[in-house]
Amino acid sequence: MVTDLMQSVEWSRAQFALTAIYHWLFVPLTLGLSVLCALMETQYYRTGDRFWKRTAQFWMRLFAVNFAIGVATGLILEFEFGTNWSNYSNFVGDIFGAPLAIEGIMAFFLESTFFAVMFFGWEKVSRGFHLSATWLTAIGANLSALWILVANSWMQYPVGCRFNIATVRNEMTSFWDVLLSPVAINKFSHTVTSSFLLAAIFVMGVSAWYLLRGRHRRMARSSIALASAFGFIFALVAAFSGDRSGAIVARVQPMKLAAMEALYDGREAAPLTLFGILRPEEARTSDDDAFHFKVEIPKMLSLMSFRDADAYVPGINDLVEGNEARGILSTALKMERGRHAIEQLARYHTARETGDTATMQEVERLFDPDTPEGEAFLRDYFAYFGYGYLESPRDVVPNVPLLFYAFRVMVGSGGFLLLLCAVVWWLNRRERLDKQRWLLWVMILSIPLTYLASQAGWIVAEVGRQPWAIQDLLPVHVAGSYIGSTPVAVTFFLFLALFTVLLIAEIGILCRQIKIGPKESNE
Amino acid sequence: MKNRKERILPCRIFRFYYDGFREMTLGKTLWAILLIKLFVIFVILRLLFFPDALAGKSEEERGEIVRSELIKHR
Repeated sequence: MVTDLMQSVEWSRAQFALTAIYHWLFVPLTLGLSVLCALMETQYYRTGDRFWKRTAQFWMRLFAVNFAIGVATGLILEFEFGTNWSNYSNFVGDIFGAPLAIEGIMAFFLESTFFAVMFFGWEKVSRGFHLSATWLTAIGANLSALWILVANSWMQYPVGCRFNIATVRNEMTSFWDVLLSPVAINKFSHTVTSSFLLAAIFVMGVSAWYLLRGRHRRMARSSIALASAFGFIFALVAAFSGDRSGAIVARVQPMKLAAMEALYDGREAAPLTLFGILRPEEARTSDDDAFHFKVEIPKMLSLMSFRDADAYVPGINDLVEGNEARGILSTALKMERGRHAIEQLARYHTARETGDTATMQEVERLFDPDTPEGEAFLRDYFAYFGYGYLESPRDVVPNVPLLFYAFRVMVGSGGFLLLLCAVVWWLNRRERLDKQRWLLWVMILSIPLTYLASQAGWIVAEVGRQPWAIQDLLPVHVAGSYIGSTPVAVTFFLFLALFTVLLIAEIGILCRQIKIGPKESNE
Repeated sequence: MKNRKERILPCRIFRFYYDGFREMTLGKTLWAILLIKLFVIFVILRLLFFPDALAGKSEEERGEIVRSELIKHR
């Protein structure tokens, strides 16, 4: 039964990862293209030039294809919370529920209402009203992302809550702490701005295809001018927020940072590995034997993580075995403390069953942050609740190679795309872009690259959180529901088939619409 | 009479959507895909979704179940 439970959890993880990856193929283009369409329409509103109207309408058509095919794919993720992850769903309580409810009520309805005006209203409402609807659609889409990312950030950094032992739910004590946690703010800005970059690369790539074919040259060049500047600005913002993200991760998820860098032994003035090839897992025990080779920038990791070139950055071994001199607790000690917290939960459970109110009240006081004993217990024991479920201290180490390489794919691609936007903007401005056919091909091929970078970013965020569903509090294998592994495996393949069909449909319709191109001027 | 009716806001909104959908070209394919997708998600896949073990239970009952699950995993 235990084996079947583990298999069921592993299939549920695979299913959730699959659903999230496919969902994220549709979302970033919606976020960024909605803003680009709004900017194009703003240009039409300001100048009255109908060329901008046709241009905006063309990109809106591609936006609509992506939106219609991508919409509701996220619902499957929400179903999975209840069915495959019921312990998790109850444990997160209203903290997860509140942002998702706000997302559903406010952002989704805002987006959907104005979406109709954006598409049906060109000749039926005033230009100003139409422009407002387009901007509100873009704002609605990005607000949707905000609430989802707030919920996700809480899983990485659970704040603003209090654990209710009677209902086994985390109850929100401060909405603002949840909404404005540094992880949430940074995750939102990084995710949204990198989505803007993705949309810019998409517009640049499609426009490059028109230039290669010698079609719709004015529209292509104007779209490239706007998208390359837009992409460059938001690539810079994404780089800045990514840097902030590293500094925050160093404080709230040090194991994630150590695994991203494959840093086994903590050190002062730690270097940043630009690139390297990792040895197989069994051969990696320390920094001396972790890599076949690597290229490093001295002191950069310390500087980026703690804004101090000589700061100490803990490694995987420090975090697993502990480092007394640096005040780092060993995972074994955290496991002991976590088990003590779980024992208290078990005592409470038994006391409820036997009607032992004295024990119930005693344990309730331990989980009450307003009592002195509760404050100490929550800080010293419940903070490590999830560790109590681990079998070995090494269980806290996520998949190092996956994180290490995914991080470099994300950062390397991001740097390349930033440079691409700058070069394309400059050449387009100097009217020399059309002649650089190789660069036009690079622009087209950068479309899949930007999607790869976007997915790699999520792999870093989510694989780096493992083994936790909620950082330090709930490991993934405890978060799952007990359901047979076979049905989860079957539905995994069903979802795979459904999403693959949707993706093929999207690419097919998008290619057909791109081939048709914008309406020719007849006004 | 017709003119007066068309001045009423709900009627104007209805006509806005009605005309919008009627004049769609690309949109018809998209709506077909959207409706098929929703049918697959809410009707076909729903039959295959696992029951939500905690659905329809009070907070206390859910707490009992999840607490015993968390203890069982020790």
